[in-house]
Amino acid sequence: MLRKLPFSPWHLLLMPLALLFVLPLVQMVLTSFMSNAEINQFPPKLIPTTLHLEGWRALLAETNAVRWLLNSILVSAVSVVAHLVLCSTAGYGFARLKFAGRGIAFVVVVATVMIPIQLLMIPTYLMFARIGIVDTLAAAFVPWLASAFGIFMMRQFFLSLPAELEEAALIDGCGRWRTFRSIVLPLARPAMATLAVFTLLSSWNDLLWPLIAISDDSRFTLQVGLATFQGTRHTEWSQLMAGNVLATMPLILAFLLAQRRFIATMSFSGLKG
Amino acid sequence: MAALTFAVPRTVRVPRPNARRHLTGWAFVGPATLIVVGLSLFPAVWAFFISRAKWNGITAGVPVGWRNYQQLAQDPDMLAAARHTLLLTALFVPASIVLGIIVAIALNQRIRLIGFYRTCIFVPYVASAAATGILASFVFNPQFGAANDVLRHLGIPQQQFLESPSQALYVIVLIALWGEVGFTTVIYLAALQDIPKELVEAATMDGAGRWRVFRHVTLPELRPVTVFAAVWQTITAVQLFDLIYTTTRGGPLNSTQTVVYYIYELAFQTQRLGYGAAAAYLLFVVTLLLTLGIIWYSRRRGSEVF
Repeated sequence: MLRKLPFSPWHLLLMPLALLFVLPLVQMVLTSFMSNAEINQFPPKLIPTTLHLEGWRALLAETNAVRWLLNSILVSAVSVVAHLVLCSTAGYGFARLKFAGRGIAFVVVVATVMIPIQLLMIPTYLMFARIGIVDTLAAAFVPWLASAFGIFMMRQFFLSLPAELEEAALIDGCGRWRTFRSIVLPLARPAMATLAVFTLLSSWNDLLWPLIAISDDSRFTLQVGLATFQGTRHTEWSQLMAGNVLATMPLILAFLLAQRRFIATMSFSGLKG
Repeated sequence: MAALTFAVPRTVRVPRPNARRHLTGWAFVGPATLIVVGLSLFPAVWAFFISRAKWNGITAGVPVGWRNYQQLAQDPDMLAAARHTLLLTALFVPASIVLGIIVAIALNQRIRLIGFYRTCIFVPYVASAAATGILASFVFNPQFGAANDVLRHLGIPQQQFLESPSQALYVIVLIALWGEVGFTTVIYLAALQDIPKELVEAATMDGAGRWRVFRHVTLPELRPVTVFAAVWQTITAVQLFDLIYTTTRGGPLNSTQTVVYYIYELAFQTQRLGYGAAAAYLLFVVTLLLTLGIIWYSRRRGSEVF
């Protein structure tokens, strides 16, 4: 019976599924352009009758949303850059350099992966309070400067590179640091892109830690701003959805532009785990 | 140059290049290692000392030995939170694995629009759990949400969803699946594409039908990925916080209060730092045992099958 269909039966599974995954996001965008009266109707309307900008205007004028967006961009940018610098050097050191304590240091670094954030949040908060960086943006990005996952991933990558090029450079009198910068790093671009994607996803989307570490409204990241804002003004849905668009769209656009890299990153983390 | 260095007495020369090599090594790995270890191992040890004290973070803490842990074992809120976490994990982990396999197989077909389908199914994974939670509280709103509208079209009575103590946790599992299935799908898709074509061809030549190929060739090949997915999704489920914070905040009537949410409340809403740290340690140990259990079980089963 299925053979008579003019298309593959897989479409019958995939088409509804694809709609199920994407329609809520479409509704989010469209709702941000509705008036609150329109939103409160039942049955709900998917398409706004006219373009209402009240939600967006209220978000930009009455909340610190622009500030939150800039904070999020700053925190993510610092995290990504720091990750790229620190994890690539450390990964290279663990992969190629021989020095006292290398083995034990690497084992300790990898073992920290098992410690969950829930265990760390209380002492880390107290620690940051003593240094005096609680309630600053630094509190949001310091835990994201480097990660065991990043070090491990970069080390695996450097181990997979042939060592001959580096040896040739070293014999020619090129120092370790220069060899690393001008010969190894250019070869590491794919791994660095993967690391950047992974770090961007986790730092941009982080809620729990900045929620704890930051209480001043003007220093919130977008995720924290929206989450707290949602609790206080439960009814202004167009405004809330506009904020949600702001919080999700940068990464979704980045995803659409760099789909292959994103998907490679996700499957990589699955296969090397 | 060579003659010159040769002339220097041996005892003076020896340690230098060696020390320099160690120094270079540590210059490369030092900063990242210091940050990672300093922000995890050190606080983890400190958390243990905090967990053995009664402390509000302001006045001096009182050491109480294991009393926090003993108290936790009888705390009805903790037991309820543990039950909710367990139920959530038991539903989420198998569902995300089974759905991941099915969707990955569907996305592995050579049919038209496949790129479009892949994009659609991965997009929610990119959105944060916090944003997903906010969106979900809109979609599942009992008064004007789209979910009730869909039920109305199907002729099913209207539901309270996140506002009903008996439904909220199940709705959260559904939302979590929507946000996380992209991950299991993509790792299964990668694994499917790694299965050698010769294996499938050989089985087909021997007269195996589609179902038998799936059962006896594909599934066994997917086992390592399944172990990874089970471990990863268990950790995801146990640590679920953002979604609960942005949908129900543990309510209604504490029905979605999970262990992680309870720890957050203890430590940062009611300032019971010692008690919160003890609960966090308990969660850590249970998660670790659960993870090791999954790995052990799959190894044992693996050896029985082959």
